[in-house]
Amino acid sequence: MALARCQRCKKAQATFHLTNIERNGEKVERHLCDRCAEEEGLLQTAKVTLDVNELLENFVSSSKASAELTNLVCEQCGISYVEFRNQGLLGCAHDYDAFKPHLERLLQRTHDNDTTHHGKVPKSAGNVHRPLQDLRRLKRMLEEAVAAEDYERAAELRDRIRALEQA
Amino acid sequence: MSSPLDQVVRRPGEWLRGEGPMHEIVISTRIRLARNLRGFVFLSRADNELKAEIAETVSDAVRHAAGLKDWINVDVEALDELDRTLLVERHLISRQHAEGSGPRRVVFEASEAAAIMINEEDHLRIQVMRSGLQVEDAWQQIDGIDDALSEQLEYEFHPQYGYLTACPTNVGTGLRVSVMLHLPALRLTNELEKVGQAARDMKLAVRGLYGEGTEALGDFFQISNQITLGPSESDIIDDFSRKVIPKIVDYERAARDALLKSRPAALDDKVWRAVGLLKSARVISSSEAMQYLSHVRMGLHVGRLTSIDLQTLNELFLQVQPAHLQKLHGERLTGEQRSIERAAFIRARLSSN
Repeated sequence: MALARCQRCKKAQATFHLTNIERNGEKVERHLCDRCAEEEGLLQTAKVTLDVNELLENFVSSSKASAELTNLVCEQCGISYVEFRNQGLLGCAHDYDAFKPHLERLLQRTHDNDTTHHGKVPKSAGNVHRPLQDLRRLKRMLEEAVAAEDYERAAELRDRIRALEQA
Repeated sequence: MSSPLDQVVRRPGEWLRGEGPMHEIVISTRIRLARNLRGFVFLSRADNELKAEIAETVSDAVRHAAGLKDWINVDVEALDELDRTLLVERHLISRQHAEGSGPRRVVFEASEAAAIMINEEDHLRIQVMRSGLQVEDAWQQIDGIDDALSEQLEYEFHPQYGYLTACPTNVGTGLRVSVMLHLPALRLTNELEKVGQAARDMKLAVRGLYGEGTEALGDFFQISNQITLGPSESDIIDDFSRKVIPKIVDYERAARDALLKSRPAALDDKVWRAVGLLKSARVISSSEAMQYLSHVRMGLHVGRLTSIDLQTLNELFLQVQPAHLQKLHGERLTGEQRSIERAAFIRARLSSN
């Protein structure tokens, strides 16, 4: 087979062979030299690092079509899936479940398909009291109860706080 | 210009002073864990009041946690820009933490080997630094800190996804291992692509000196894992300590040997020009200084230069940076004044050597 010349500059040897499928299904072949291919923006240098935002963007644009996506909102923190998409950060822990079908695909792409944690588990997950954190949470709940004028609940919370503080 | 950080500026952190395994090529090992408190929204949804509460809760926990009682707690929000930059230059906080907004803190061990950023991207970012390649040792310490804190705090933990983080790219282990490498010979022999390839093969990222979004400065590169969900902590650590880093270290050693054998004059020229420049320059930028210090460091480690000791060199790497330079000088300086002061500082340090 004879070496083809570049279709664009008609001088250099064509090293870049491209087959485009047009909308009507017709195949169009193009043969270009490196330089012309680069000038047409067809050659792109490979990126070394994984760009998270780009990943997110690609992921989101690929699923943009689904209409329910735009309406997806976490009922715990109020963040919408679209907001998450724009800022790249989730609003609360519950989002992982609230956005699960969509996040799952994103997690697969970012973490090489395995989306189950096989590592460390907190030393005493869920069955030990952490007085400091409990105390703060209770105090916050108390403030909210007072603000909501729910004095019955406030009294109950106050007693629990006292009990914790004395312990 | 008095601040709680005045005393830390004169000496480098222990991890930089030390001489860990493969330290002639591996500058440091850093491990960080991302953790969030149960019952609090993530920081993108937190107002300043909630952030202050998180900062207090975590500070309390550190005060009560086994082994962390003597740590230094610094209110990053209250610091001026210079002190924040100082902490970034010492790798105690990230740029993102320095430039962030609202209540945020850093609590660190006096040796500066371990630190906890509060209210960075996640409620807690625990980190441990080591000199040289010591991933396993760093893991032992951070694992202990994490355990001690989890006695006081309850973390967000999901049965399938593990430790939950604000950005899904950190979920699972929340673990990021970053190893900082000095690869001057690979750059001189145009073989850095090998490093890129070795990293890509293991799905690791290559970055500059200060992490995300920074340029490689003075031949320093940072290799870190991207995948945090799926592999266990020890899988991730193994990739670094047994596979990728020893391979890259071998490449750099081979490149240094090849230069010594085939082009000793070219190598000496690089090293001694750098010495000459550092001893004579009157105006020098920090990136220029880093580049020449990098060549001097290589000269020292391949035995072509003995008149400068490693400790002086390690201190210079830290002290020629803008915030350190201004703290040592005792007043704020413009960019131009800094370059003049930097040149004078380096000349003074090297002439007494």
